[in-house]
Amino acid sequence: MTVQKNRVVSLPNEQMLSFFRGMQRIRRAEERIGELVQSREVRTPCHLSIGQEAIPVGICAALKSTDTVWGGHRSHGHYLAKGGDLNAMMAEVFGKATGCARGRGGSMHLVAPAQGVFGTVPLVAATIPLAVGAGLSAKLQGTGQVAVAFFGDGATDEGHFHESLNLAALYRLPVLFVCENNLYSTHLTLKERRVKDNIGDSATLHGMAGVVLNGNDVTAVYLAAHQAAHRAGTGEGPTLLECRTYRWRGHVGPAADLEVGVDRQCELHEWQRCDPIELCRDLLSAGGVSAARLAEVSAEVSEEIEAAVRFARQSPCPDESELLHHVYASRRGV
Amino acid sequence: MRTLTYAQAIREAHAQLLAEDPRVFLIGQGVRNPWYAGTSLQDLDKEFGRERIIDSPVSENATTGAAIGAAITGMRPIVFHPRMDFMLLAADPIINQAANWSYLFAGQVSVPVVIRAVINRGGEQGAQHSQAMHALFAHVPGLKVVMPSTPHDAKGLLIAAVRDGNPVLYIDDRWLYELDGEVPDMLYEVPIGAGVLRRTGKDVTVVATSYMADEATKAVETLTERGIDVELIDLRSVKPWDRNLVYSSVGKTGRLVIADAAWMSGGIAAEIAASVVGEIFHALKAPIARVCLPDAPAPTAAVLERAYYVGAEDIVASVEKVLA
Ligand SMILES: Cc1ncc(C[n+]2csc(CCOP(=O)(O)OP(=O)(O)O)c2C)c(N)n1
Ligand SMILES: [Mg+2]
Repeated sequence: MTVQKNRVVSLPNEQMLSFFRGMQRIRRAEERIGELVQSREVRTPCHLSIGQEAIPVGICAALKSTDTVWGGHRSHGHYLAKGGDLNAMMAEVFGKATGCARGRGGSMHLVAPAQGVFGTVPLVAATIPLAVGAGLSAKLQGTGQVAVAFFGDGATDEGHFHESLNLAALYRLPVLFVCENNLYSTHLTLKERRVKDNIGDSATLHGMAGVVLNGNDVTAVYLAAHQAAHRAGTGEGPTLLECRTYRWRGHVGPAADLEVGVDRQCELHEWQRCDPIELCRDLLSAGGVSAARLAEVSAEVSEEIEAAVRFARQSPCPDESELLHHVYASRRGV
Repeated sequence: MRTLTYAQAIREAHAQLLAEDPRVFLIGQGVRNPWYAGTSLQDLDKEFGRERIIDSPVSENATTGAAIGAAITGMRPIVFHPRMDFMLLAADPIINQAANWSYLFAGQVSVPVVIRAVINRGGEQGAQHSQAMHALFAHVPGLKVVMPSTPHDAKGLLIAAVRDGNPVLYIDDRWLYELDGEVPDMLYEVPIGAGVLRRTGKDVTVVATSYMADEATKAVETLTERGIDVELIDLRSVKPWDRNLVYSSVGKTGRLVIADAAWMSGGIAAEIAASVVGEIFHALKAPIARVCLPDAPAPTAAVLERAYYVGAEDIVASVEKVLA
């Protein structure tokens, strides 16, 4: 296992700008969802990843369009970064028929099969073994696809995590295990759930490659993912990436959890000073990209988000008659 | 008498059991969680200390297995699963282990554990955050399954479950948490396996579980206004369930509606219907009706949720159907 320090590696401005845009899209979309939940226009239970945007953006930038990603309850970022349609996500959050799951899933169940998002679901750790299965499928079929399991530090409390790492290592499967370690599982800190802050060590334990990195540094995340995806794609097996980060909002909903007695005010302020988007902005400015250009990107993103909200608002609700559709697949497998 | 909410009654049962018996402890993910347990476990850690009130990692399988091991070796654990859906990760310790050990070892080993699972549905939470799977567990020999619908029974059944000496699944429903009712302040037991007659009547028997018992109470008001005299049974325990009470009631009314807000196929309602048909077929004057959830996972969109869940109106419609 290697521990990465913040390194100064400069990527081309165009690439950094696309990271900047990608992170802004996630943040702005989630801020908007938070507002809509607060005003009760939207009722879906929402888990916001604000503060963690560098991870999905950095990881997905290193993937091919055919690669698959698997997520959990906090997966707006995974879906968007992998190319899931923004309008369809917003409509899903609104519970509309035009939603990516036709209003059967809400925020916690996002899907975009054509983009390699076969499903994000809110049972903690549930999709880690599924990602292993996608890796197995890719290996057996020789497709060269890589599977990414996105999960939190809380998911490493479950047996699923340990069993999955072992399987993937044993069969040298093309899987990236991306742990977004935001130091909390609901109201409980990492310290309250394990003796040592050493999730990354699980890689060594299972004989696979592993890195621990600053999850708020999109460049670092991208470079690590790029290497891991290369290893996976060339038959060298899985990698565990422990990305250290912090969620700014509370476990669920738009507030910060201070109101329910989670004592994290100081910590929160400290982490807000390592905003992944601001970090990226600084690098872009240092690289000569003008403030005006960055403002333009932000404005474009805001307009895209507003358009998605308009789309969702204007979309029809699903029809009651659909209630019993799709309990079983309608086509036989071919 | 003093009234408490359903959630407060659960909390009081915990507090009194913890105070009474040093072998009782509580373990589970979300015990202190500000969202999951409502007020049903509020500040128990402050009162009894975090040695006995254990808010665990997200490790349902290990915590449930550990509780079972502790039960076998002399403790009286209560395991908390804030949603029944999460409890499925502990299917092995519950179904393969806890349920079997007494029989397997000819009564030399017993498993006095209470496994509490909350049904927490609606609110656009969807398929994996809303399941009512009591029938799945009631299917298993060696497990007892209780589902209180009032504050009084919520307290008394928890106490009975902890003292029972067998693995008991205690299933409470978030939709009932704010319900008020009279609750004695002492420690008392509501016997496991005993249903209760909520109302006597002569036209039709309604047997209901958990929050459907509350919905049935509302349905009875409407039906009474329409001149229909309902006999209402709150089942309270779904394994074992009170056959005598149901048979004697249906023997009198000749008509039966069963309301259980879980999937219809292979559910508790099917079990009751089959037993009634098998035991007192000749008493029946009309086909039995079941008010259950459709055989589909729970959707999220409000429109679909409304179509999916059942309540008082569905009970009214079914009663009118069996009387038609
Ligand atoms: C199997 C299961 N157990 C418990 C829960 C309740 N739960 C939902 S999210 C969560 C915290 C997960 O923490 P982590 O994996 O670190 O993800 P984060 O919320 O920090 O993104 C818990 C315990 C669940 N959804 N599924
Ligand atoms: Mg976390």
